[in-house]
Amino acid sequence: MSLFLALVAVLVVALGGFWLAFTKASQIRTAGAGRLNSLPIYHGAYAALWAAIPALLLLAMWVPVQNGLVEQAVLSSPEGQALPTFDMQRDSILAEAREIARGERQVGFNTESATLAPRFREAESRYSAAAGAVAILIAFGAGFVALRRTGLTFRARTGVERWLMGLLLAASLIAILTTLGIVLSLLFETLRFFKLVSPTEFLLGTTWSPQTAIRADQVGSSGAFGSIPLFWGTIFIGAIIAMIVAIPLGLMSAIFLTQYSPARLRAWLKPILEILAGVPTVVYGYFAALTVAPVIRDIGIAIGVSSASSESALAAGLVMGIMIIPFVSSMADDSIAAVPQAMRDGSLALGATKAETIKKVLLPAALPGVVGGVLLAVSRAIGETMIVVMAAGLSANLTANPFESVTTVTTQIVQLLTGDQEFESAKTLAAFALGLALFIITLLLNLIALTFVRRYREAYE
Amino acid sequence: MTVAASRWTDGSMDSRLRRRYAAERRFRLLGLFAIGLSVAFLAFLLVTMAWRGLGGFSQTEARVTIDFPRSDIMIDPAALAGPEARQVVGSAGLEGALAQAAVTSYGEEADELFGGAAARALGKALIEDPSLLSQRAELWLPVTSAYDIARKDAGAPEAERLVNAIDARGDLRRAFNVNFLTASDATDPGEIGVWGALKGSFLTIIVTMALAFPIGVLAALYLEEFAPRNRWTDLIEVSINNLAAVPSIIFGLLGLAVFLNFMHLPRSAAIVGGLTLALMTMPVIVIAGRNAIKSVPPSIRDAALGVGASKMQVVFHHVLPLALPGVLTGTIIGMARALGETAPLLMIGMRAFIATPPKGITDPATVLPVQIFLWSDEVNRGFVEKTSAAIIVLLIFMLLMNGLAIYLRNRFEQRW
Repeated sequence: MSLFLALVAVLVVALGGFWLAFTKASQIRTAGAGRLNSLPIYHGAYAALWAAIPALLLLAMWVPVQNGLVEQAVLSSPEGQALPTFDMQRDSILAEAREIARGERQVGFNTESATLAPRFREAESRYSAAAGAVAILIAFGAGFVALRRTGLTFRARTGVERWLMGLLLAASLIAILTTLGIVLSLLFETLRFFKLVSPTEFLLGTTWSPQTAIRADQVGSSGAFGSIPLFWGTIFIGAIIAMIVAIPLGLMSAIFLTQYSPARLRAWLKPILEILAGVPTVVYGYFAALTVAPVIRDIGIAIGVSSASSESALAAGLVMGIMIIPFVSSMADDSIAAVPQAMRDGSLALGATKAETIKKVLLPAALPGVVGGVLLAVSRAIGETMIVVMAAGLSANLTANPFESVTTVTTQIVQLLTGDQEFESAKTLAAFALGLALFIITLLLNLIALTFVRRYREAYE
Repeated sequence: MTVAASRWTDGSMDSRLRRRYAAERRFRLLGLFAIGLSVAFLAFLLVTMAWRGLGGFSQTEARVTIDFPRSDIMIDPAALAGPEARQVVGSAGLEGALAQAAVTSYGEEADELFGGAAARALGKALIEDPSLLSQRAELWLPVTSAYDIARKDAGAPEAERLVNAIDARGDLRRAFNVNFLTASDATDPGEIGVWGALKGSFLTIIVTMALAFPIGVLAALYLEEFAPRNRWTDLIEVSINNLAAVPSIIFGLLGLAVFLNFMHLPRSAAIVGGLTLALMTMPVIVIAGRNAIKSVPPSIRDAALGVGASKMQVVFHHVLPLALPGVLTGTIIGMARALGETAPLLMIGMRAFIATPPKGITDPATVLPVQIFLWSDEVNRGFVEKTSAAIIVLLIFMLLMNGLAIYLRNRFEQRW
């Protein structure tokens, strides 16, 4: 709470700095001693930026540090020393005590947390008061120095623009930080997972049953973490069934829209396709599970597939294919539109019909772009979560029968992380290993697809 | 080598031409069929959802006569005017009295006709009009979900029989289910509502917007207007393009590892959801923003530079305002996507059972798509139509946002 107060105080100091510098510059201007180098508003902004940004940066960097410091302080207190040394139990008590101290919950499951809560509150208020005071001091100091520079010849605008430039650069660096955050957090947890389960078992094993038993003597207590069935399921649903639906429909839709459709029809059809792309995936998932899956199962039983499941790969794949249609269509649309008009005209002038022109000239010319688009669509499909969570099953089968149930990487990630989770268990960490594998696969697909698209674009420019 | 000569006289040319034109027509029809099929899928999806879900907005109510002075409801009418009126009616045992009244009206079978929702509605009616307590009153109250289903479509045989009997007496009606729009999650499908989830969604989207929009726009400006051509800029561009294509669930894993396990932000709160979705939406805004900035013609920059503006003034006084409609369109589309996103929010624990709407961004909350997912998992049949009804609410919001984006694009976009 006191950190929040410090934040407000810093902003107030910055506002004060703005006003002081602004009035000072205005006075110099009205005094008529000469031409002011920068407008008064820039002087104000200069003082305000100096007062606010260093102090805010300090506060922003302090928040994660403080959590660690508070925890250490609590652990070194007499109550903290008395805690059980077992990591998992201690962590859960600490988390509870933190929540009680913040008023997020009233009572904890562990009795120790109640005695720890005052320690937490104490340490937190101590550290945040210190950090807040330092931040306010910095704001005052920097603001004061900046304010003193206000004068006739001072180039306040250049100073403000330098700050702005820094801000712009910082904003664009967030993308790199996010990528780095993803890679590091996934890698870190995956390495911990590989300490428990060997990488070869994970990558080459063919049985997946992550249920580790709570008691050692339970049946099936050894979890198996072979990820091959998951990747097969993912490819089967996302890259095979969904693409069998999406590629022909998407490609033909794009051809009709760009080559045949009258302009007014096109103006209606394109937004409708965009709506298809904008429907939330949870809606598709519900549709697949409730409407499509029972029909598919009945069809399967009718044609004599006795193992037809109501969580069939086909239902999830079909609906996912429908979801991907607009994506394929718009990628194909772009690549067909990028083929030079001269090639089309040349073919038509030789007497080819429109269909012949499309099949023999436009499509071959646009092929790299279309292939790139399809690869991007595959990467979308295998990363898609909700449809498979709701419509595909949980049993890790290695089967090519579309009426049977298969499971996918994303389904298992959700399953592993949303049950009763315990940290440090192989089960929880496995989700991060699967996430890393998924990240790498989609990254590679995207890179290949982008190279395809770029190389093709260069060919015609 | 012989050259096949085209003869116009013997008809072979004609038949060849006919074949080629037929192929042309077939191809064209195939295209029409493909797009028709896609549109039909969409129509089928929307119609099924509407068909299943519209029932969720209505609620079966039964007429019941309660003789308040003779019932065992003990409420002091004076207490109803006070600030604790809700607690007073809450602890007055209204459910028991309702069961009694239902039994006297409709026979022994009807003791479970009314549940918590009816008791709350009765309590509300009493607070509004305390004079009811001194009279015999006739009220329309919502029936429990088992009877609601029996009325709307097929339910259990006993429920079916009772409902038909009451209906025959004209004591059953359908009313708009206000509760569905004002209540939150509950265990009984008759009492659930979307308000809690909707509020959670709004809070989350506000956080997302507040972070992703400024950062996205500033990054787009930097990359398009200032960035030097070097390896760093390439790295930034590559990571933005990749982030835009990373599966959303990966962002959920990032949020779990960084915001929850490392920074210890409150679990399942709107702020964590908003942060996670902001990281996911930011690349979308950057890409849309760059396209919009790119389409501002260089002559405008040159003119501003020519009258003495600095580079920064050119960008913030001229380029950004002109590019803003395009940037906003991209932002709204990104926000609509964030609004419909489920998977990353599951990862950061926004799937808890939340029965009270969140008051702030640090309170435990859930969002509408996650709520839909949670209800879809319920076995109770009453949840089916409520899930579809919630989907209708979600789709309406998505359509509104996308419509706004299309309107902005058509209204303000300039072609130079």
